[in-house]
Amino acid sequence: MYDFNSYTEAHSIDEAVRALGGNPNARVIAGGTDVLIKLRSRDEAFVGRDLEGITRIPGLAGVSVDTQGDITIGAATSFSQIENDETITRCLASLGTAAGSIGGPQIRNVGTIGGNLANGATSADTAAVLLTYNASLVIHDSSGSHEMPACEFHTGPGKVRLEQGQLLTAVKIARADYEGYRGSYIKFAVRQAMDIATLGCAVLVKMDGNVIEDLRIAFGVAGPTPLRAAAAERFAKGKVPSGKILEQLGRICLEDTKARDSWRAAKAFREQLITVLPQRAISQALGGDGNA
Amino acid sequence: MKNKVIGDSVPRWDARAKVCGRADYTADIPVKNALHGKIVRAGIAHGRVLCLDIEDALRVPGVVKILTPADLPKTKFATAGHPYSLEPGGDVYDKNILTDYVRLYGDEIAAVIAETPLAAAVAAEKVVARYEELPFYLTTEEAMADGAVELHEGVKNNILADTTASVGDVEQGFAQADHIFESEYQTQIVQHCHMENQAAVAYQDADGRWTCISSTQIPHICRRILGEALEMPWSKFRVIKPFIGGGFGNKQDVIIEPLVVAMSMAVGGRAVRLELEGEEVLAYTRVRHAIRYRSKVGVTKDGRITAWQMDAVSKTGAYASHGHSIAAKGAGILSTLYEIPNMIYRSRTVLTNTGNAGAMRGYGVPQITFAIEAMTEKICSALNMDSFEFRLKNFKKEGAPHPLNGIPMATNKVADCLTQGKAAFGWDGKMAAALGDKGGIIRRGLGVAAFSYATAVYPYSLEIAGCRLTMNQDGTVKMMVGATEIGQGSDTGLIQIAAETLGVPAEMVYAEAVTDTDIAPFDTGCYASRQIYVTGMAVAKAAQELKDKICRAAEQFYKISSQVLDIEDAYIINTTTGDRVASLGDLALYTYYDKARARTLTAEVSNNCHNNSYPMGVTFAEVEVDTQTGVVTLLSMLNAHDSGVIINPLLAEGQVEGGMGMGVGFALGEDLFYDTKTGAPLNNNLLDYKIPTAMDVPELGVLFVQPVDPYGPFGAKGLGEPPLCSPAAAIRNAVCQALGFEIDSLPLTPGKVFAAIAAHRSGGEANV
Repeated sequence: MYDFNSYTEAHSIDEAVRALGGNPNARVIAGGTDVLIKLRSRDEAFVGRDLEGITRIPGLAGVSVDTQGDITIGAATSFSQIENDETITRCLASLGTAAGSIGGPQIRNVGTIGGNLANGATSADTAAVLLTYNASLVIHDSSGSHEMPACEFHTGPGKVRLEQGQLLTAVKIARADYEGYRGSYIKFAVRQAMDIATLGCAVLVKMDGNVIEDLRIAFGVAGPTPLRAAAAERFAKGKVPSGKILEQLGRICLEDTKARDSWRAAKAFREQLITVLPQRAISQALGGDGNA
Repeated sequence: MKNKVIGDSVPRWDARAKVCGRADYTADIPVKNALHGKIVRAGIAHGRVLCLDIEDALRVPGVVKILTPADLPKTKFATAGHPYSLEPGGDVYDKNILTDYVRLYGDEIAAVIAETPLAAAVAAEKVVARYEELPFYLTTEEAMADGAVELHEGVKNNILADTTASVGDVEQGFAQADHIFESEYQTQIVQHCHMENQAAVAYQDADGRWTCISSTQIPHICRRILGEALEMPWSKFRVIKPFIGGGFGNKQDVIIEPLVVAMSMAVGGRAVRLELEGEEVLAYTRVRHAIRYRSKVGVTKDGRITAWQMDAVSKTGAYASHGHSIAAKGAGILSTLYEIPNMIYRSRTVLTNTGNAGAMRGYGVPQITFAIEAMTEKICSALNMDSFEFRLKNFKKEGAPHPLNGIPMATNKVADCLTQGKAAFGWDGKMAAALGDKGGIIRRGLGVAAFSYATAVYPYSLEIAGCRLTMNQDGTVKMMVGATEIGQGSDTGLIQIAAETLGVPAEMVYAEAVTDTDIAPFDTGCYASRQIYVTGMAVAKAAQELKDKICRAAEQFYKISSQVLDIEDAYIINTTTGDRVASLGDLALYTYYDKARARTLTAEVSNNCHNNSYPMGVTFAEVEVDTQTGVVTLLSMLNAHDSGVIINPLLAEGQVEGGMGMGVGFALGEDLFYDTKTGAPLNNNLLDYKIPTAMDVPELGVLFVQPVDPYGPFGAKGLGEPPLCSPAAAIRNAVCQALGFEIDSLPLTPGKVFAAIAAHRSGGEANV
């Protein structure tokens, strides 16, 4: 009972971009785990559209490493692929964790990282993690392609910087943004599976001996978009990650977050999670059990 | 058992078909030229529909017809799947098939019939209603307040019923007490979440009558309610129940069938299908009653209960559905769990503009067990008395009469469940670990809770069940029952009862997937954990009758007195010599084809049961509470049950584990809630309504204490609902033990537990 006007499949990025640019009624569909749900619930922004399938475009799925050691993840790469990919496991372990936390196996087999980002949800598990890796996003349109930092992509709930005719084709992570770092991701949800994050917390830490050389913290659901906790990151640099320092750091995270009350969770509870989860994520990244 | 069929884990007869996709559910059954229906739902929570504009909707291509209340009978009907009562004061007749008076957000105000499901859905969106809005009430307090608008005319203060049951004299009991405890407990709205949504298809059959294929737990009752709702003789309807993907009581109400038949009537008898969406099922079918309990308990210093006063206010939502029976049932539960010399139990059932509460697995007992067993722990902790000692001292004794209806509790092994379960759970070792773990962020706790239940509905209601057995040409037996297999495995259990009685292996008895009111013997259906108990009695009697007929036929054909004949392993045995006289297959050929004396062998029994038996049990739970995040992790849980003799251990364990899983959801996650500004349900989808997943439920322990109940077939008592009665209470008690303070409402979500911890630390009362 899906109310769409047509479905076509693109065989190349150019073909997809042409189809999207030439038809204001066209919409991208990849794995469909968001689009079909919105169609089923008869979301006006999705009903009656011409759906452009992109998952079978050659080269749009998969993980590759170039000679510089920079990593490219195709936008149509499924969560299962990411979760089980050798490069991801070795270099971007927290991204694998985030991908593995989404839905159940069936969803992870079809849902894609590109869709997770382009859907624009603040709760997208991979989005917060990608912020910690300073990922950049490759976007194609009729005039070619350009890159955009992942932190500029989300503009509001369900909103991203993609114009009609533009297609997110890949996520890139530079070697300097993962080498020597250890990351972790904690998805806080009521259930252990098949759930949406009440709060997501990704950290990426680089140590210099026993001192934090660099720390990146990103949250999902701590504001209208995934966001970084810049003040806490600045505070952490050069410090020994003792329990006391981590506690302080957790509280400083609140300077950058904008949690609110909703029927899903109270603001006070989200803010408690904002102060607690980074401490645990950092301990986990550094090899502890995560219970700070 | 002599034939070793009872007590054997016989594989369910339908297991292979279900796993391979050969089992046909309502939506799988092909029906010619079917149209599709869609309900138009109200966008306000309370008010009158002033006008319905259906013009745009009628123009949607594929739309055949749109029904409004004006097209349908004005007579109201009752939706509860209770047996018809010849006495006054039964069910509340308060429902129209479609309504122009909206009592809850999503109430059914019109219905579209179209060529495709999509056309029906598109048209339903285009129906425009204009309303006169009235204030809506999401809480019982608001609904009961003076001046509140009556949801149903004449229901003063929206209190559907207000009754009191009592034993002894509570004031005297309180005077005898050394300590008095008072507390208040609150449960939430939860929903059944059966896998198969409500679905039905109706059409006019060759003889002019109306056939309705439906996923219903109560086909025979459904037929009667169709007659009442559509103002026609009951025999004009034929209800067919195919395989069912779960019901848990939600399909013990007649919800969509009258509309589906009315839709078919509106299009000249052409078939019309209606399948609800999951979101509709969650919010707009039936839910569990949220109940607020106030308890006042008097106890002597050595821990004996002298008096228990309880006040229950039960939220039934927009319509009566099962009426007052769920709230009222609590009196019997309280007074059969503990020996309470002086008890008074008042219950009120209140109408609100929320999801309509009806039957749900446990029928009010999970709620009251939470309230009773939370209070029990409060008392134990205040008296510094062991949880087990207090319970053993106060449990109702075996053989004692039910204080309110006088039926003796012939078997009651709740004390054995407590002591054997405690050992099997490893309580003492786990408790030592929990007590040694009080300083950190993560804290452990253990909890226990006991429950009492009643199989079947005697003496409050009719208890009738039917079975027809026919010996086939090869000596196998076809079993027809009016009982309703809804996934619980009752058909397989009934096969075992027939096979054990007849003296044949289980695979020689064939069940019937379909219950068809034209064909199946009369039985009121699946509820009250009654199928093995009440239908089992009918099956056992029919099997005994068929066995007697077989032996008499054998006497005729083999010239041996039936007095010395018996059946073992499908052979007729001469009990004096031990010789096999003939196989049932050989005898069957004579009964079908002997020119002179052939007479096929059948037995049909309608059994009116005048007993009740009491399944009892205990849950043990071990949890970890994260005091920084409020997360409760269930580490282990065990249910110990006295359900009498267990007919099929593997199926019984499946029932218990499923019920325990539902109990985890009731305890920790599930809560259907509403927008206070609009009255709309907020989380009627399985993303936001948190039923547990396999990842959230640990390995579950199951233990059966098996007295031979003198009333139940082969000593069995009910087991369908009992597994869900005590887990939430035990989990709550474990959480409180871990935290060192009490939380008195469900569910114990991380947000709520965190808020309670924060309030406790700041010295205030936890306002949860």
